[in-house]
Amino acid sequence: MAAYLIRRLIQSALILLGVSFITFFLLYVLPADPVRQIAGRSATAQTVENIREQLGLDKPFVVQYGRYLTGLLQGDMGRSYLQKTEVAELILSRLPATLLLMLGAIVCELVLGLSMGIAAALWRGRAVDQALMMTSFITVSAPQFVVSLLLLYVFAVRLGWFPIGGYGTFAHLVLPALTLGILGSGWYSRMMRSSMIDVLRADYIRTARAKGLGRARVVLRHALPNAILPVIAMIGIDIGIFMGGIVVVESVFGWPGIGQLAWQAIQRVDIPIIMGVTLVSAFAIVIGNLLADLIAPFIDPRITLR
Amino acid sequence: MQKLLASTALMLTLALPAAAQDYTPDPAAKPGGSITITYKDDVATLDPAIGYDWQNWSMIKSLYDGLMDYVPGTTELRPGLAETYEISPDGLVYTFKLRPGVKFHNGREMTAEDVKYSLDRVTNPETQSPGAGFFGAIAGFDAAGPDGLSGVEVVDPSTVRITLSRPDATFLHVMALNFASVVPKEAVEEAGPDFGKKPVGTGAFKLAEWTLGQRLVFEKNADYWRDGVPFLDSVVFEVGQEPVVALLRLQNGEVDVPGDGIPPAKFMEVMGDPAQAERVVQGGQLHTGYITLNVTIPPFDKLEVRKAVNMAINKDRITQIINGRAVPANQPLPPSMPGYTEGYAGYAFDPDGAKALLAEAGLADGFETDLYAMNTDPNPRIAQAIQQDLAAVGITVNILSLAQANVIEAGGAGTAPMIWSGGMAWIADFPDPSNFYGPILGCAGAGEGGWNWSKFCDETLDAKAIEADSMFDPAKSADRLKLWSDVYMGVMVQAPWVPVFNEERYTMKSERMGGEDALYVDPVSIPVNYDYVWVKQ
Repeated sequence: MAAYLIRRLIQSALILLGVSFITFFLLYVLPADPVRQIAGRSATAQTVENIREQLGLDKPFVVQYGRYLTGLLQGDMGRSYLQKTEVAELILSRLPATLLLMLGAIVCELVLGLSMGIAAALWRGRAVDQALMMTSFITVSAPQFVVSLLLLYVFAVRLGWFPIGGYGTFAHLVLPALTLGILGSGWYSRMMRSSMIDVLRADYIRTARAKGLGRARVVLRHALPNAILPVIAMIGIDIGIFMGGIVVVESVFGWPGIGQLAWQAIQRVDIPIIMGVTLVSAFAIVIGNLLADLIAPFIDPRITLR
Repeated sequence: MQKLLASTALMLTLALPAAAQDYTPDPAAKPGGSITITYKDDVATLDPAIGYDWQNWSMIKSLYDGLMDYVPGTTELRPGLAETYEISPDGLVYTFKLRPGVKFHNGREMTAEDVKYSLDRVTNPETQSPGAGFFGAIAGFDAAGPDGLSGVEVVDPSTVRITLSRPDATFLHVMALNFASVVPKEAVEEAGPDFGKKPVGTGAFKLAEWTLGQRLVFEKNADYWRDGVPFLDSVVFEVGQEPVVALLRLQNGEVDVPGDGIPPAKFMEVMGDPAQAERVVQGGQLHTGYITLNVTIPPFDKLEVRKAVNMAINKDRITQIINGRAVPANQPLPPSMPGYTEGYAGYAFDPDGAKALLAEAGLADGFETDLYAMNTDPNPRIAQAIQQDLAAVGITVNILSLAQANVIEAGGAGTAPMIWSGGMAWIADFPDPSNFYGPILGCAGAGEGGWNWSKFCDETLDAKAIEADSMFDPAKSADRLKLWSDVYMGVMVQAPWVPVFNEERYTMKSERMGGEDALYVDPVSIPVNYDYVWVKQ
């Protein structure tokens, strides 16, 4: 177990190093000059060169990347080119909102997705199954913008049950979390359905049924823990996606998450922020996956980590 | 002695306009209350040396003051922190007498030392100010560094003398730019690079709260040196709000002004409803949207081809694409800019004439070229309209729809044959015709990386422009504007641009907002002049 953990941690560090290199390189070769964004339209050639030199952007790629990495290892993510604020401060200020929305969204996804998936598996091939799978198909393909605006318009503007966007109370969280929950539930329900169908065919389920256990008990106690395994791995991936930010939902609901920060930084070629957000979300994906793998043996004792 | 007398007399005449103008705020205005403004993007910075986008521009105006200012709702200059000013007969020395008793938000009195410090700071390369170039006329600008500008001197605690290396008729406008705002040295040094988040100025409001990514609260500066303003107790800026949602919240009474305006998709709906349309204030904007034709890339090196493109574009139709939120343009200057040439017809829409000109240029069969445009709505749709118009005269256009930074890069490098300026178009920094020439049509901007994307450079016109800008005497202002009008007419003869339209501004406000309409379409404070508006209850 310890050896496994160490190996995985080393792998994770290498993955993050790779991500940082690729992102930095892509931003380096991008045909858009961050210095021009800082210098603005009235700058003279002299000003542009002066800013380039001060930011070290006149140096070769290896030197620039080396400097960034050195800073990063000392916990310094640099300062935003345009806002001049520390990147760490910008990300940290948005982290609570991002984490809260992520938590809310995953809860909604699981509740909706798992119940739909289980129901579809139990009534496989029937009208219930077909209706649910059709629903999941629609939610998976629905655009974020449409669903968010629809929920906002109906439940906040028309019915007035929730505030029209914003951040701060539980009521503010409901609609954005529900939007993401509905959009993400399709993936979970499909995965849960197929996994559940496999498990329900297994011998031990037949044994349990033969012992005379009730259907509810068989499904919840015997089938669910086994069927849920692939779903847990998926939560790990979801965490990473949410940490990268959900630009559209965040901006419709005025939710101060990381997505908006990243989006603005990309528009303005603010490299330190783009790097920071990318690394934080890559870190979350890596950790999310690692945790999912570490939890698996506790749910299914057949799995051992080596 | 005689010479001295004469120059004193001239000084006095020049000093007069400074004291003459003033502005009477709305007599019905009531103090108190708070308003809510929304924006999609977070505010980048409130450091006046750094802030250079239309969102923070008006915020900075309310937090700080410069030596000069504008009469609210107009393009007319008035003194700000300077009580009076004098211009030497040769136009090279400006002496500003400061208003006594003006205090920074930290309680300290503002002095001439602060003015010098602020100008030294903005021009110091280490500050990385995007506005440093505006101060190029001040003596010692080329040597600007940690030691400051030799041309800015403190005569006594209430007098600053600024010496120029060349006469500059726009200098008082430059002193009214946000970049020339006066900041206290101790606050800047204490905050270091975070000054943009911890602003301290002398303005009508001070920053009370800033929650990154969520909201900013401006609080009334009770000690403000202008009597009676501001009226509002506070202004709340909520950021991260989609314009469509901001409009819904305004309709619900939660928002007073949506800072990003009425979203294009909702514009017809709002204007079609009399109750809502009545709360929309329309006004001109110092903006021109244009197509640049790169004169260094064939066949745009031929005058006939550039003229033909000018005649082939149906500007009325493009204006319709944006729901008529603009007026068709025929010259680089917008109609609300001094120096605009009245009565000039421009190149009329004439596809047959365009074809004939192309044939004259030996391109009767047309040619193929690239049009760069920004990838946000409505710019791709406008690019398509341009494509169709040009196809009608035989020109095949490939559209390259890119992110803003990439279009700017291609424009600066001079690799783009045609660029539609939408989303990056020129909006004046200050209301003077010279601001539409140097960087975007003059030789200075035509170099690598410059904003003159046509790479158009005419030395005769450049000389005329310099002559116009050396006419510093306000009494000769009419002659100067005439000269500028000639410069832009000279540009149109050579047709490096297709001026397409001048955007109109539409500011929507809640029912409870008071103050004359001009304050809601203030040419320099976009969207609203926060210092003078008020609320009814």
